[in-house]
Amino acid sequence: MHDATVTETGSHGGQDAHATYTGLDNVKLAMWAFLGSECLFFGALISAHLLYRNQTMGGPTRHDVYDIPYTSVSSFVLLMSSLTMVLALAAIQRGDQRRLRIWLMATALLGASFIGGQFFEFTEFVHAGLTIQTSPFGSSFFVLTGFHGAHVTIGILMLLSMYTLSKLGKLPSSDARKIEMVGLYWHFVDIVWIVIFTVVYLFP
Amino acid sequence: MDEQAHDHPSEFQYIKVAVFLAIVTALEVAVVYIGALERLLIPILGIMMVVKFFAVAGYFMHLKFDSKVFRRFFLLGIVLAIAIFGVVLWTFTVADRLTGVAS
Repeated sequence: MHDATVTETGSHGGQDAHATYTGLDNVKLAMWAFLGSECLFFGALISAHLLYRNQTMGGPTRHDVYDIPYTSVSSFVLLMSSLTMVLALAAIQRGDQRRLRIWLMATALLGASFIGGQFFEFTEFVHAGLTIQTSPFGSSFFVLTGFHGAHVTIGILMLLSMYTLSKLGKLPSSDARKIEMVGLYWHFVDIVWIVIFTVVYLFP
Repeated sequence: MDEQAHDHPSEFQYIKVAVFLAIVTALEVAVVYIGALERLLIPILGIMMVVKFFAVAGYFMHLKFDSKVFRRFFLLGIVLAIAIFGVVLWTFTVADRLTGVAS
C-alpha cells in the first residue's frame, strides 16, 4: 500500500481518490480537521458573547433590538439552503449537470437572501443605537454574527465558482468531491447558525 | 480499518430531514413565547439545538454514514470549543471572585 499513485474508486459516484495509508480521502480528512478548528473559532466568539451579552453600558439591550420572528425566517432560509446543497451533491453523483446547476444556484440565492437579511438587521440595530462600539454586547454580537456572515459570503462565492465550472463543462461527475467539500463547508456554516440562533437570539 | 463510507440517504430522506428541521425550528420559536416554560427554556432550547445540529451533521454532512475518523475529528473540535467556553467562563467568574477582581 505504499504506492500512493494508485487510484481507487471513492464512495461518491465514481470519483477517484488516491489510495492512502488510512484508506481515507486525505482531502476530506483535511476538510474535517479544518471544520474542527472552525468549531474552536466560533466557540471562542460565542463564549465571548455569552459573557458580555448583558453588558450594555446604557445602550440598547438585546430585548430592545432583537426581532425573533424576522431572524426565525432567516434561520429557516439558511436551513433550507442545506437541503438544496445536498440535492446538488446528489445530482452530480447521478451525473445530472442541469439539476446540479439548479440546486447550486438555489443554494447561492438562499445564502444571498440570508446575507441580505443580516445586512438589513444590522442596519436596523445601528438605527436603534447599537453599533460595534456601543457596548461589549454590541461588540461581541457584531463580531460573532459578522464573522458568520463572512463565512456565508465565502460559501456563496464557492457555490458560484462551482456553478461556473459546471456551466463551462469543467465539472464532470468524477469531480463530485469538489461539490462534497463545498457542501461540507456550507453545512458547517448552517450548523454554526443553528447554535447562534438558539444561544444568541432565543436563550433568555 | 474504517471503511471510507456507506450508502448515503436518498433525496426523499434528505427532504424528510429538512421538514423535520423546519418543524423543530418552529417549535424552538414557539416555546420562547410560552410563559409557562420560562424556567425550562434553556434546557428545552438546548436539546432542540443539539438535535438540529446532529441532524444536519449526521445526514447532510454524512457523518452518520462516513468513516468514524471524520466524526472524531469534528467531535474533537466541538469538545475543545466547549472546553474553551468552560475555561473562559471560569476565568471571568469564579477566578475573578477568588482573586477579588471586581467584575
